[in-house]
Amino acid sequence: MTLDSLTLPVAQFVPTYDSLLNVGDGFLLPLLLKTALVLGLALTVSLVVGYMEHKMMARLQDRRGPTFAGPAGSLQLVADGIKFVQKEDIIPAAADRRVFALAPGLALVPGILVFFVIPLAPGIWAEDLELGLFYALAIGSITTLGVLMGGWASANKFSLIGGIRAAAQLIAYELPLFLAAAAVAAQAETLSLVGIVEAQAGYMLFGTDINLWYAIPQLLGFGLFFVAAMAELNRPPFDMPIADSELVFGFMTEYSGIKFAMYLLTEYGGMVSMSALMAVLYLGGWQIAPGVPLPGCESAGLFDCGVLGTLMGLGVMLGKILLLTFFMVWARVAWPRLREDQLQKMAWLVMIPLALLNLFVVGIGKVIA
Amino acid sequence: MSELDTREQIHPGTAPGEDLVLEIQGDGDFQTKDMTLSIGPAHPATHGVLRVVLEMDGERVLSARPVIGYMHRGFEKLAEYRDYRQIFALVNRHDWLSGFNNELGAALAVERMMEFEVPDRAQWIRMVLAEWNRVLNHLMFVGSFALELGAITPMFYAFREREDIQYLLESATGGRLHFTYNQVGGLKVDLPKGFLRTSEELVQSVRKRVDDYEDLLLGNEIFLARTKGIGALAPEVALDYGVTGPTLHATGVAEDARVTEPYLKYGEVDVHVPVGENGDAYDRFTVLLGRIRASLDIIEQCHAKIPAGPVNSKVPKVIKAPEGVTYLRTENPLGQLGYYLHSDGGRTPWRLKMRTPSFSNVQVLPHLLEGSLIPDAISILGSVFFVVGDVDR
Repeated sequence: MTLDSLTLPVAQFVPTYDSLLNVGDGFLLPLLLKTALVLGLALTVSLVVGYMEHKMMARLQDRRGPTFAGPAGSLQLVADGIKFVQKEDIIPAAADRRVFALAPGLALVPGILVFFVIPLAPGIWAEDLELGLFYALAIGSITTLGVLMGGWASANKFSLIGGIRAAAQLIAYELPLFLAAAAVAAQAETLSLVGIVEAQAGYMLFGTDINLWYAIPQLLGFGLFFVAAMAELNRPPFDMPIADSELVFGFMTEYSGIKFAMYLLTEYGGMVSMSALMAVLYLGGWQIAPGVPLPGCESAGLFDCGVLGTLMGLGVMLGKILLLTFFMVWARVAWPRLREDQLQKMAWLVMIPLALLNLFVVGIGKVIA
Repeated sequence: MSELDTREQIHPGTAPGEDLVLEIQGDGDFQTKDMTLSIGPAHPATHGVLRVVLEMDGERVLSARPVIGYMHRGFEKLAEYRDYRQIFALVNRHDWLSGFNNELGAALAVERMMEFEVPDRAQWIRMVLAEWNRVLNHLMFVGSFALELGAITPMFYAFREREDIQYLLESATGGRLHFTYNQVGGLKVDLPKGFLRTSEELVQSVRKRVDDYEDLLLGNEIFLARTKGIGALAPEVALDYGVTGPTLHATGVAEDARVTEPYLKYGEVDVHVPVGENGDAYDRFTVLLGRIRASLDIIEQCHAKIPAGPVNSKVPKVIKAPEGVTYLRTENPLGQLGYYLHSDGGRTPWRLKMRTPSFSNVQVLPHLLEGSLIPDAISILGSVFFVVGDVDR
């Protein structure tokens, strides 16, 4: 069987919109620039989100949070990182050593790879694939494999239960997540993330010329995507795979040092990438407000806005990411954890039917329009 | 629960808590085997070093067996080698969350043996402090129970209030956990200046905060889903196992030593005993909140009634309880605490047997845990209130 005979031709992974980072004719320079962008985004913004979580949780709980490391404790996570690197790397005697060592990497790397398709500002993205949304969701799911492997290889019953729970959770929450995303793709008529941003800039309310983001017509889908994303990321109230009061630390129980830090980074990176996806799918990407173009973008369209417009777009996008992670942290502080079976019930009996309904309604709207 | 999941189906003829021989079920590629999971001795949900051995079928608990003794510190034996002044520093340690109530029971037992008349002021102050200690204890469990359900914030809020109360108690006793404020015949010293005013203000602020907890947790659907109907305890079973305190009250039995057998001046104040209906985790939690409120009410009543006068009476230099035995029970925060004091007329107790509430409460765990899921098992462990030191002594 040749690749051409597959229903999903490889050709569809080619870029649709050109990135500003494709400078010159060379291969190496754009590659370096893109790698720097992706790594910088994945690591720096994750740290910012981590710091925000520290401080926000503290304020909501009548505490101060980190204060010593750096100005207002802002270097706390850097200090934590240094500490993690220095720690002894413990591998349990009964563990499956190779799988145990591989698992955190297998969780972290796909989590970083998601960032390759996320558009941050006009022209600022590594690659804009025609199948960008599909790519982002598919590669993000691989993270759970790392979790399951870690849980299995630890040779610890708590870890095992945590890993199995993570797998069950993935199966349950992948569906509403994909169905909600499918509704967006149907409305935008593209899977390219930049294309979705562009489609939102041109989306008008029925019979009017009021510009809207997809968060309004697909409010239900947005809610479902948000909840399912939190479940995908094992964030409370859906943190059953970790469930520190039940499973000690779930699949991470036996991990220490840098491997543990990699799992933590996966979680925060996941928060950032999922928030970025939500900002792109529902909140108009880098646009300031519906119908309000960035300065410099008025005539040039969405992709070449000059330095000021590009920087502002970047700021707006990061602001949206932080806003969405803010709500994730808030949920963690405010809510207890669901029980495993209640979580499954919620996915199969509530969220998946609602996601189908959402897709159905969007489809009808599309046909009528 | 499917029928196959119960212990009786898989291991017929076994009793709750019994060790099971793990069996292989099914055949071919689908063989499964029950799993033994040891919760503890070091586990976030056991408040110390309790070990609960669970036989599991997947996440379903088939059988549970608490293993106690990891924290045995031999207080009963040690008390036989300390004189009557010294035992207070021992007996307030077994339940480290209710130090004052622990030593109060011992003081009352010794005083009853010696037929001491304790001054009125000392008795009223003892009530104020005992009730504050009860609030302190219950706040801890309000926070830790929520923490076990995955809600991290109530713990921090509870500790904020606990800090205020501990500061108040420290101002009178000098201690924050082990107060050692009682002595035979009364109290160590009188209350400091301004204690009652601070105490009065604190009653108001804690009462307001308890309403906040109620809003935060009882208004939360996840909390309700995790507690309603979980670990329901029938009143007969509770009484059979000797369960007391909030865990018993949640089943609807209003047996409270402060009411049924009043000590100190509890007969002269209005003691409200909140009770539940179903005996589930939800009821245990609401009873706990109700008990905090009831204690605050008692404190307020005491404030108005504390008379002037001395706080201790003249006691001989060498305290010797006359030959004989006495058993005295008091309502500790976690349930009924009994001291069985046997004296041979010497300077030390011949035997000081403790009947601690946590010990009896833990015994009912196999009954409650069987058939539950792991998360519910944790919810039950957190809502059958016990302190491991109080179990092992």
